Amino acid sequence: MNPEYSDIRKKKIDELISGYPERRAAILPVLHITQKEFGQITSAEEKLVAELLDIKPIEVHEVVTFYSMFNQKKVGKYHIQICSNLTCTLLEAGNLLEYLQNKLGIKPGETTNDEKFTLSTVECLGACEEAPVMMVNFDYHGHLDKKKIDKLLDNLK
Amino acid sequence: MEEKILTKLFGLKDSHTIDVYLKHDGYKTTRKVIMEMKPGEVLEEVKAANLRGRGGAGFPAGVKWGFVPQNIDKPKYLCVNADEGEPGTFKDRYIMNHDPHLLLEGIIIASYAVGIHKAYIYIRGEYENVALRMEKAIEEAAARRYLGKNILGKGFDLDIYVHRGAGAYICGEETALLESLEGKRGNPRMKPPFPASIGLFGCPTVINNVETLSNVPFIIQNGAGKFTRNGLLKDGGTRLFGVSGMVEKPGIYELPIGTSLKDIIFKYAGGMKKGKKFKAVIPGGMSAPVLTADEIDINMDFDSLVEAKSMLGSAGVIVIDEETSMLDVLKTIAKFYSHESCGQCTPCRIGNAWIRKIVERIAEGKGKPGDIDNIHRLAKNMLQKTLCPLGDAAAMPILAITEKFRKELESYIGN
Ligand SMILES: Cc1cc2nc3c(=O)[nH]c(=O)nc-3n(C[C@H](O)[C@H](O)[C@H](O)COP(=O)(O)O)c2cc1C
Ligand code: FES
Repeated sequence: MNPEYSDIRKKKIDELISGYPERRAAILPVLHITQKEFGQITSAEEKLVAELLDIKPIEVHEVVTFYSMFNQKKVGKYHIQICSNLTCTLLEAGNLLEYLQNKLGIKPGETTNDEKFTLSTVECLGACEEAPVMMVNFDYHGHLDKKKIDKLLDNLK
Repeated sequence: MEEKILTKLFGLKDSHTIDVYLKHDGYKTTRKVIMEMKPGEVLEEVKAANLRGRGGAGFPAGVKWGFVPQNIDKPKYLCVNADEGEPGTFKDRYIMNHDPHLLLEGIIIASYAVGIHKAYIYIRGEYENVALRMEKAIEEAAARRYLGKNILGKGFDLDIYVHRGAGAYICGEETALLESLEGKRGNPRMKPPFPASIGLFGCPTVINNVETLSNVPFIIQNGAGKFTRNGLLKDGGTRLFGVSGMVEKPGIYELPIGTSLKDIIFKYAGGMKKGKKFKAVIPGGMSAPVLTADEIDINMDFDSLVEAKSMLGSAGVIVIDEETSMLDVLKTIAKFYSHESCGQCTPCRIGNAWIRKIVERIAEGKGKPGDIDNIHRLAKNMLQKTLCPLGDAAAMPILAITEKFRKELESYIGN
């Protein structure tokens, strides 16, 4: 079945596109909405976006593969992205990554079998004053330690 | 007590709302500009203030605005650089979270001065919540007629759009940002032509950092003279120093340009974390060459840091303690740049990949004699050999570490 947007998102997309003199300029915002709607951006979603923006699917694919935030395969309900850049590593993010790997039983780039968690490392999240930092979906969590991670994950249903 | 230009409202309850902003003289400068000033007068004041770009390169904003051709039948654009990808940098997030209307006011005044009717705030994709806050602020400002058609009934139109990036450090580079905004991969463009003449959608475009624009209301309200009284004559105002790493009180400190680095670390940021010993500091975001203990008696302004062969850059100060291995630091730096190179220019794509491989091999205990020389040579071969400055941004910190910590790095290599 071909993917389809909900009415609200479709409206939002039309509104977004009207902010640019060229339709294709809306591609990043549209891809963000697409990922929110379908959870991933595979060739089916790329085709959908291409039609919306009057460009070729390959042109959408070129963009999707350039940016790190687009999931080309399905991720878990909670996408945990822990910062592996300088300030966070100075403050032991490396150990916390190991802790997360053991706790979840997956490596960076993998998803748990129940599709609840995906683990990734990311570059500096722009929140170094709260290092070590990670994102769970779009929420930032700083000043992390093992206890805080336990509590956080326990509260995710 | 230092004067606050950018952080005046930080810490006030609901400082991000237009009500609080208006209560503290918010949009007063916009009124003054739109009601009483000619665009040329605004431009002259910003030129006189010699406001240098806060995004990294320090180019004077007024001069940049002056490059935009005036009598041209194309639209002109303003792109606000809120990509904030330079590791160690988090200042623009603070401005947008705590005082989004200050940035909007800066955008309105800049657009008025240059004759711009459409502005895009290009904000890094991870800052979804910050983007929502900016969108809300835009709505609030439009409802009060500070944005949109016929602002304050004086015939000036301006629309501001929030555009989210999607995870690519290179898109903070101004021409990559333009490509990205046009809906393409973020591959930097050849310069010239400069964006001021051919920028977004082939039209004249101004690109400025969030912090740069947020200084503009103060300059217009108080005059260039008052601005340069903070900081230095040729490098006026304050900076938002973002201190992170092994200090007791990491955070944002608004201080006059030219404040001593030693004071920033030991006085404002509370000194070393848990009394550890200081080893080194990266003074202006990861791309800035590292400084050692005997180099931190230095004033934090553009020219002093250039003299010390480093860079004020984004003023993100990353403090490193004695227990940290510089090989680990080098490894993190090498990983970052090899990951973020867009791949367009061979020296940067291949150079960074090789440096990373060698450093990782050393870290695995398989270093060979000559490795440090090779890293140094590869980095040198990236300098000034790429379309955009990412090649330099990678080469400079790597060169500095291999030069200043050569002995330590060699010690990780067996014979
Ligand atoms: C690789 C690279 C990344 C950059 N990232 C940013 C960034 O995240 N934010 C920013 O404001 N400037 C960044 N810059 C600097 C911009 O190219 C440009 O100089 C700046 O946005 C101009 O604004 P300003 O004059 O107000 O500083 C980057 C430059 C390079 C080479
Ligand atoms: S280094 Fe982790 S948020 Fe900046």
